[in-house]
Amino acid sequence: MSIPALDLSHVTLTRGGQTVLKDISFSVPPGSFVGVLGANGAGKTTLFRGLLGLEPAQGGVICVNGASVRRGNRSIGYMPQMRKLIGGQLSGWSMVAAARRGECWGLPWCGAKGRKSVQAALEAVDALDLARKPVATLSGGQRQRLLLAQALLDDPTLLLLDEPLASLDPARMRETALRIHTLARSRGMTVLMSAHDINPLLGLMDHVLYLARGKALLGKVEDVLTTEALTALYGAPVDVVRAGGRVFVVAEGGGAILQPHECLGGHTHA
Amino acid sequence: MLEYDFMRTAFLAAFLVAVVCGPVGWFLVLRGQTFASHALSHVGFAGATGALLIGLSPLTGLTAGALGAGVLMGLAGDRVAGRDVMIGLVLSVAMGAGALFLHFLTHSASAATALLFGDILGISSSMLGWLAILSGGCLLALGGMARPLLFASLQPELAEAKGVRTALLDVLFLALVAIATAECAQITGVLLVFTLMVAPAAAILRLGLPPFVGLLAAAGLAVVEAWGGLMLSWQTDYPTSFWIAVLGGVGFLLAGLVASWLNGHAQQAASDQAGALDMNDL
Repeated sequence: MSIPALDLSHVTLTRGGQTVLKDISFSVPPGSFVGVLGANGAGKTTLFRGLLGLEPAQGGVICVNGASVRRGNRSIGYMPQMRKLIGGQLSGWSMVAAARRGECWGLPWCGAKGRKSVQAALEAVDALDLARKPVATLSGGQRQRLLLAQALLDDPTLLLLDEPLASLDPARMRETALRIHTLARSRGMTVLMSAHDINPLLGLMDHVLYLARGKALLGKVEDVLTTEALTALYGAPVDVVRAGGRVFVVAEGGGAILQPHECLGGHTHA
Repeated sequence: MLEYDFMRTAFLAAFLVAVVCGPVGWFLVLRGQTFASHALSHVGFAGATGALLIGLSPLTGLTAGALGAGVLMGLAGDRVAGRDVMIGLVLSVAMGAGALFLHFLTHSASAATALLFGDILGISSSMLGWLAILSGGCLLALGGMARPLLFASLQPELAEAKGVRTALLDVLFLALVAIATAECAQITGVLLVFTLMVAPAAAILRLGLPPFVGLLAAAGLAVVEAWGGLMLSWQTDYPTSFWIAVLGGVGFLLAGLVASWLNGHAQQAASDQAGALDMNDL
């Protein structure tokens, strides 16, 4: 049997002194495309930080590609949540190049090898044209493509993408998800991709990892996204409704737990 | 004007200081920490007047004061809530202490003017030596950490994940800013540190040059503005700091014009290209 890309056993993770995920265990086979779902504050970002070695596990063992977790692991590509733009005057190329071996001491200078690897990463996400423009002039979706290129720089085997679809319009969401899926398949990468809404990822995911109430549930989409499974996970009545080829997770009281495109404005229950 | 010893010293001092202020300022503007440099210079003022009081050179006091404050500021990081208020308070307490120290100094008026508005023509050869040592040290340190500093400034979370020690870099960088500020205050004075530290760097950043080129260009522009200020001061007999401030402002405006012209040009080129493609489609 091949070594799992990710193996967590009885892991507890805290953030700012508060327990976010408690005693979770799951294992992701290599090459799997996993959608990480859960409401705001369910621990998606904390889980990623734990896998990156930025939040030490309070208990349990985390293994990445069979080795115990460590900071600065080059086999993990990470795309943090989009945040306030810094250095928008710089070109997209400069922005991506800053991440190429950016952890090494010395001058911010890319050698021929570095430029080649930046070029390859930009090509992979079809962003060579964008790279010539100042980042501040790019749209949210275009900036996401640059961030994705950054995550690909070290040819990782595991991609952790934190809300890569946030702030995109519905058409772009699906396009971006497909782009990531195709990339991952062609390179044999394992992908963990967190999202607010499951629908742009439907049909692409091999597994879904559902986080709620400090617990985690990993499985096939058809096994996890059921009224029974989620009701057990939440410990409260939750309905999984399928309509028009889409999936909605609705709590008693009418609030949507996962908000389709964040535009329905439902209450978020965690 | 170069036949005079003090002018040669002034040009050399301006070069040594500007060549550090440009690139350090480039990072300051990029990271949005320009206010920190302003605050550090004020703490340095208290240090300088205190040093005068106990018979040390003002540069020693300036460097020590700014360095101490810079390291503390870096250690405090973003954790302190209401950071801007805290910096403002430290700044005003420091200025107040400076006023007290000046009160005890007998030759306070000339010392105060020199510290607040700079005294580039009064730089001694021994101070020139110190400036050379500090500048050399700063450039070496910046050269060593520019790459991870750039990464950590642009993408803090990603840099952290890749193993960059961002907290350490924050402290190191502010220490560097403190030394550069202390040096800069010799020329432009405590109140006008912005003119050499921020103005040239901000102008260069507007142009959107790649980081390495931008750092070199910021150093170059800072030297040009500092030397230009010296020459204009020689011609007009107005204070050097005034001319450096004016040149800084003009440089910033010109860079804005160049940037918008370049952008317009790029858009024109893009639409021309798009037009040509349309023609091909037909």
